[in-house]
Amino acid sequence: MAGEVPNLEASKLTALVVDDNFVNQSVHHKLLDRLGIKNDVVSNGQEAVDVHCSGRNYDLILMDMDMPIMNGIQATRRLREMGIESKIAGVTTRAEEEEVKEFMEAGLNDFQEKPLTISKLVSILHNLELYVQT
Amino acid sequence: LMTAKSLASKETVNGRCWFYSDDDDGISVYLNRELHAMNTVVAQLQTQFQDYLVSLYQQGFLDNQFTELRKLQDEGTPDFVAEVVSLFFDDCSKLINSMSRSLERPENVDFKQVDSGVHQLKGSSSSVGARRVKNVCISFKECCDVQNREGCLRCLQQVDYEYKMLKTKLQDLFNLEKQIVQAGGAIPQHFPSYTILRPDIRPCLDA
Repeated sequence: MAGEVPNLEASKLTALVVDDNFVNQSVHHKLLDRLGIKNDVVSNGQEAVDVHCSGRNYDLILMDMDMPIMNGIQATRRLREMGIESKIAGVTTRAEEEEVKEFMEAGLNDFQEKPLTISKLVSILHNLELYVQT
Repeated sequence: LMTAKSLASKETVNGRCWFYSDDDDGISVYLNRELHAMNTVVAQLQTQFQDYLVSLYQQGFLDNQFTELRKLQDEGTPDFVAEVVSLFFDDCSKLINSMSRSLERPENVDFKQVDSGVHQLKGSSSSVGARRVKNVCISFKECCDVQNREGCLRCLQQVDYEYKMLKTKLQDLFNLEKQIVQAGGAIPQHFPSYTILRPDIRPCLDA
């Protein structure tokens, strides 16, 4: 089983988890940890924006859609307006075409349906060319 | 045959077994018998654990997402699954309380708040593999969408029942794990596939 999980520690990738649900925060944080990706966790879009204003930058942002104060769509738009070029992957349970389209158009690079698993996360990394399977 | 002279004595100090004897042969016979007894106990507990885990999938309490959580657990974080499900159960309790308050007065139901609560609950139950809880949330959302207060109350009661049932089941599972570790064994790393154990449902296609 351990052999199935790639280790990306050497790549020194960093990530930001943006989700208002504690359970999801925990799971996503651990998923990234397990792959060797150092990551921070914030609870809504506003905090995601604030953390970038304070000068932090990440290779990958896992953005939930439904969050209080500032949701994923608003936060994605704002980050792009700020000139943030990090890869942003929308992660949500809402998978209706219209909603996905709106989310993508806000500036996402990729989209995955929750719940996240190791293979879904590897798929995101692969799609965003952050990880190439040898 | 063990003679009185060769009989080794056993002492447990700081959780580890120490054997004393003035006779080497006595030690090895004794040790072998002790180890065999320990191994039998461990094997029995491991089988019990395995069977119980599989039954939770077969009865629909857990799905593949729980399997994914177990895969994430490692030596550095041996309590990861227990911690995440604990967070989940706390979440359930909080959300059920606030939704209950919103549904309390028939003339003044805040369906928006209830819908928000159901959405959160569906999300977290989905993330930990709490299949039955998640399924109640699906019905719950439908009641919310048509502003059916009675239906919502029924679903609320059901979701309360299901999360408490799952909590008890998982507590039993974690206790079995503890017993295995205390008996000196390793927790089985078999990861049941929900779709194989429940051929009556259509397999979900993982990414």
